Amino acid sequence: MFASCADPSQLEGLSWLLCYLTSGKHMLFYGSFFVVLALMLITAPVALAFGFAGALAARSPVAPLRWLGKGYTAMVRGVPDIVFFLFVPVALDQGLEYLRHLWKCPPTGEPVWANGEFNVCAAAKLPLSTSPQIWHEAYGFTLAVVAFSIVFGAFAANVLFGAMNAVPRAQLETAEAYGMTPRQVSRRILIPQMWTYALPGLSNLWMILIKATPLLFLLGVEDIVYWARELGSTKSQIYAYPHPDWRVWYFLGLLCFYLAMTRVSEVVLGRLTTRLSRGQATMAGEAQRKLAGEAGA
Amino acid sequence: MKKLILTTAALALCSGFAMAETVRMGTEGAYPPYNFINDKGEVDGFERELGDTMCAKAGLTCEWVTNEWDSIIPNLLSGNYDTIIAGMSITDERKETIDFTQNYIPPAASSYMAMTADADLQGVVAAQVGTIQADYVAKSGATLLEFATLDDTVAAVKNGEADAVFADKDALAPFVTEGGEMVWAGADVPLGGGVGMGLRKSDTELKAKFDAVITEMKADGTLNTMITKWFGDEAATF
Repeated sequence: MFASCADPSQLEGLSWLLCYLTSGKHMLFYGSFFVVLALMLITAPVALAFGFAGALAARSPVAPLRWLGKGYTAMVRGVPDIVFFLFVPVALDQGLEYLRHLWKCPPTGEPVWANGEFNVCAAAKLPLSTSPQIWHEAYGFTLAVVAFSIVFGAFAANVLFGAMNAVPRAQLETAEAYGMTPRQVSRRILIPQMWTYALPGLSNLWMILIKATPLLFLLGVEDIVYWARELGSTKSQIYAYPHPDWRVWYFLGLLCFYLAMTRVSEVVLGRLTTRLSRGQATMAGEAQRKLAGEAGA
Repeated sequence: MKKLILTTAALALCSGFAMAETVRMGTEGAYPPYNFINDKGEVDGFERELGDTMCAKAGLTCEWVTNEWDSIIPNLLSGNYDTIIAGMSITDERKETIDFTQNYIPPAASSYMAMTADADLQGVVAAQVGTIQADYVAKSGATLLEFATLDDTVAAVKNGEADAVFADKDALAPFVTEGGEMVWAGADVPLGGGVGMGLRKSDTELKAKFDAVITEMKADGTLNTMITKWFGDEAATF
């Protein structure tokens, strides 16, 4: 990166360290922090949407929809995460490629799955073999987001389902007495009020999501844990910057990152809780009302 | 006339595609000097140079992909990349699922490395999971301790978890010659049928292309020069 770093073997002390920490490989390491942040920021709303849909489906008066919602949460919550993370991306990838195979490939009569191999013609590959590496990485990342969203969506669905049931029946009855349709009751009373009950559960899920990001590595996405391990491992003279096993330092760095992430999240979620409790018929909301009353008097 | 131009253009495009066939090369990137990620963050090493040379000779465009050693064969079979070029020894067991080109590194020695030369080789021996060395240790009567990467196996010996590590001699050599604290233990063991490139069994055309290039490189001595460059003068050549 710097001109002075052209010959690392001549460097010593701080200037060596400076060059070492700005090597191309370290840049990829720093970049992977954004990959992890992007994963969290994309997965959270998508998982919430999955959860919302799941919770609404589970409460639906239509039986098949209810079974779907309940089945989704029960199944995902019952299967170990790691199995899901290994299964969903592979199944999704092969499923999509199989569909493209039916659409794009000339029929050859040869089976797609044979002898443990999965063979589709070159045109059906996703992304195409000829596309630049960045598309392969983006595709892998997308599959990871989908896998994370399905898993965390199921947990979110259960949290939201519980939160919807926790909204006091009296509130909904009052709305009905005003002549609102069930749809209006849901939209105007139930959903705005349920968030305060859902937040503790959802904030738990967010924390678990932060800590689950190293699973990205299992899905072939080069995340911070991959790079920390790779950079920290013993480097012989074949590398430009030889050093002994430094993994402990890299992992200490990751420790700080994860602790900082969870701390920031706690602060933000704490504020959100206060905000959502305002005017609610809950203990927190009641406490706020009293405090405001005292201040006013 | 217009039609003719269009046809020629289409033909040119098609042949262009055929020439620029992209082959995705799967490697581990954690097994120097065979393959590793250099300080620029690119795949480097003996296999990178060899792979690029072979692709140039065969007229293929090659793209490098890294993958965990653990899942390197399953991901080849599911089509995530087209070749495995990762210091993989040719064995009968692996031949049941994938095909290999002829070897591009002759059968090489595997060695035990430990903190002292008289380490107990029948005690706890570390090896990388899914390697021929791991198989050998399991059959040797020692207690096998498996790790995902070579580096983990060496670390296990350093922190006393294992008595010795068993791996390709070339891969362990830097730890002995540069580290200073590790030494060779016991005699070298010749293992495997050499290192070859792994391919899907259905990819016979690609296999033939690479086989032809390897034959050519063996004959004109370029392969030997490359082996000596990366593995030193004492390395076995063809």
